[in-house]
Amino acid sequence: MASDATIAHAAPVIAPRATPPTTLQKMARRRSTIAFLLTLPLLAVIGGLVAWPAAYAIYLSTLNRRMTAFIGLENYAILLENDTFRMVIWQSCFFAITAVILKALIGFWLAHMLHHIPSKGQRVWRGMLLVPWVIPPALSTLGWWWMFEPSYSSINWLLAIFSVPPVPWLGEMWWARISVIIVNVWYGAPFFMIMYLAALKSVPDQLYEAADIDGATGWQRLRYVTLPMMRNIISITVLFSLIVTFANYDIVRVLTNGGPRDLTHVFASYAFQVGVLSGNIPRGAAVSLFMFPLLAVIAFFVLRGINERTKEIGA
Amino acid sequence: MADTSLPRRGVLAAGAGLVAGLHAPAVFGQATTTLRCAFWDHWVPTGNGALRQLCGQWGERNRVNVQLDFINTTGNQLQLTAAAQAQSRSGHDIISLSPWDVGTYADQLEPVDDVMNRLIAKYGPANQVAEYLAKHRGGWRAIPATSGTQNKPALCRFDLLQEHAGLDVRAMWPAENRKGPGADDWTWETFLRAAEACHRANVPFGLPMGQFTDAVDWVGALFASYGARVTDERGNPTIRNNQQLRQVMDYAVRLARFLPNDVWAWDDASNNRALISGRSALVFNPPSAWAVAKRDAPQVAEKCWTIPMPSGPQGRFLAYLPWNSGIWSFGRNKTAAKNLLEFLTERDSAEATTNTSNGYDIPPFATMSDFKVWETEGPPVGTLYNYPLKPHHDARPSIAFAPAPAELASQMYIQALNTKVIARVAQGGETIEQALGWLEREINNMRRG
Repeated sequence: MASDATIAHAAPVIAPRATPPTTLQKMARRRSTIAFLLTLPLLAVIGGLVAWPAAYAIYLSTLNRRMTAFIGLENYAILLENDTFRMVIWQSCFFAITAVILKALIGFWLAHMLHHIPSKGQRVWRGMLLVPWVIPPALSTLGWWWMFEPSYSSINWLLAIFSVPPVPWLGEMWWARISVIIVNVWYGAPFFMIMYLAALKSVPDQLYEAADIDGATGWQRLRYVTLPMMRNIISITVLFSLIVTFANYDIVRVLTNGGPRDLTHVFASYAFQVGVLSGNIPRGAAVSLFMFPLLAVIAFFVLRGINERTKEIGA
Repeated sequence: MADTSLPRRGVLAAGAGLVAGLHAPAVFGQATTTLRCAFWDHWVPTGNGALRQLCGQWGERNRVNVQLDFINTTGNQLQLTAAAQAQSRSGHDIISLSPWDVGTYADQLEPVDDVMNRLIAKYGPANQVAEYLAKHRGGWRAIPATSGTQNKPALCRFDLLQEHAGLDVRAMWPAENRKGPGADDWTWETFLRAAEACHRANVPFGLPMGQFTDAVDWVGALFASYGARVTDERGNPTIRNNQQLRQVMDYAVRLARFLPNDVWAWDDASNNRALISGRSALVFNPPSAWAVAKRDAPQVAEKCWTIPMPSGPQGRFLAYLPWNSGIWSFGRNKTAAKNLLEFLTERDSAEATTNTSNGYDIPPFATMSDFKVWETEGPPVGTLYNYPLKPHHDARPSIAFAPAPAELASQMYIQALNTKVIARVAQGGETIEQALGWLEREINNMRRG
């Protein structure tokens, strides 16, 4: 290394005054030390903005309502005995799973459509289809709320032109649930589309050519070429979306506020209601952390699968 | 180089001079103290003006620099600010607190008994609900505010009620300190018949049944007028064998049949829109709906008249939703904060606040229910006369879930247990017993931990 050479070359000149490097100097010269120092800002950010809040939330969830005594896992036990919270678990799962499946299917279909548009016109369509994902969800949900609004829904106004009776979009259980999912899918599908489009573009044409030579049908090309090549991106996108959708707050908050009868609450909106608005912060923390272990396990297996497949491809 | 070092005595003298200078009484009228206040951002566009002016006057007189932040409740910003400041033990000196937040942060709020005792000695007893919400463990922890505090009486379209239900509400409740003919018959049963008639005429009553405050408040007053309590003062559920509760549930389910079918999703603005658009004959609301109608639909506004809520077997109750001003115990200028809040609650200040909000704000003392603004506002002149609670109404203020302990009541209120229990029967198809069983389980669950 140049620096070592310089030191070696200079050694005879300064030899009489040279002292052996201290432990600190040795440490500073080590690559691992330098790497650690360079990553320190990032570690500080992760520690301060991720690890500390998460640890503090876990700590909060073990306190009593007044936050004066440690009660262990009592808040979780109380929640599990609560009718409303059990319903929130069911709704959150229904909301997240349905929305992610729909987003993935619509995103996949849109990506395919776009992939087959000549590249000249593709950019315009890509830009337009990304618009829902670019608008802040609280704002776009407000737009949807105006369309669903109980008394003056513009959608109902349009339906009335065709003599369709008004739909209580936000006032009736299933319509309210469907409305929340529609908005989430509208907002999230472009993300899937853009990810899948990138994945489609990275599939080598030779594979399709080989499939054509073998006489593969369109379905077989999709089943045996496209999907296996996209498997990693599908896994990571679904995982990412599942986590984000489980944590969704703004759509429910703006559109239904959890109603009617708590039938559209998800973990985040219910946690806010219990924790901040009702003044029971420890129980609110317990609500928000409820899915953490399950999502962590799902994330572990999905990421492990991706790693294994990456290694297989590399080998 | 010249020796520039200062002698030790010189440094000490200069330091002492600096310290004395910092603590010297203000000369030339400069402010020596800064008081930071977070007040609720008023719905009424001119509503903050009064506070700005009054704080300016007081600050000038007392040489205090009063910094005002008006924080709105859209997205619960004010509640989040209070939660964050309570957690970090830093922030404003004075903060507006929503009705139940005084109980939530009682341990972190400076006792204000001295201020309240002086005000009560001057103006008589404070509103019972305000006292229930602001007094904890025997002491006042916040001062009931005028700005933002509202009643929710019946805001009627007198023409539609006359035409479809045969009720002359202006004669029943004139703009005078007396009841008119038929006022004593203004009961929930009369109300139900009127609701049915207006529903048939396609101008149904706009009564929200969702999870927002307008819904919880009017249903709370309905429950109170039937004497239907879901818990006692200690928070023990009083649901089993509670005939009053069953009676009011039966009434509410019957009433729900004559409401628009989407009231279960209505928010605090839906009822306003129903009235302003001319689609509804009656809502329970402060005069904000009328004020907007005055601007956007004057033909509706001039046919509006405010009357008390109907009475039930246990009397007449009026939904009341107060704001409170608390002083953080970790605040820096508690004495100045107390002085300012006392000044803002004085009759003249309260009247200025109410005038600026066009009569919307309700002061916390019954002796202040005679401000001129409620007589003069219009059109029609006198439409707000019965907005504040007056002695001839024979009514009491109410807030849903009183007299439960604030910690429990706040959870029941925020989670709108009273409208949900009705919805489970009227919309969800459960029996009253099943719905009340659910209610009891919810309350027991909230009491734990």
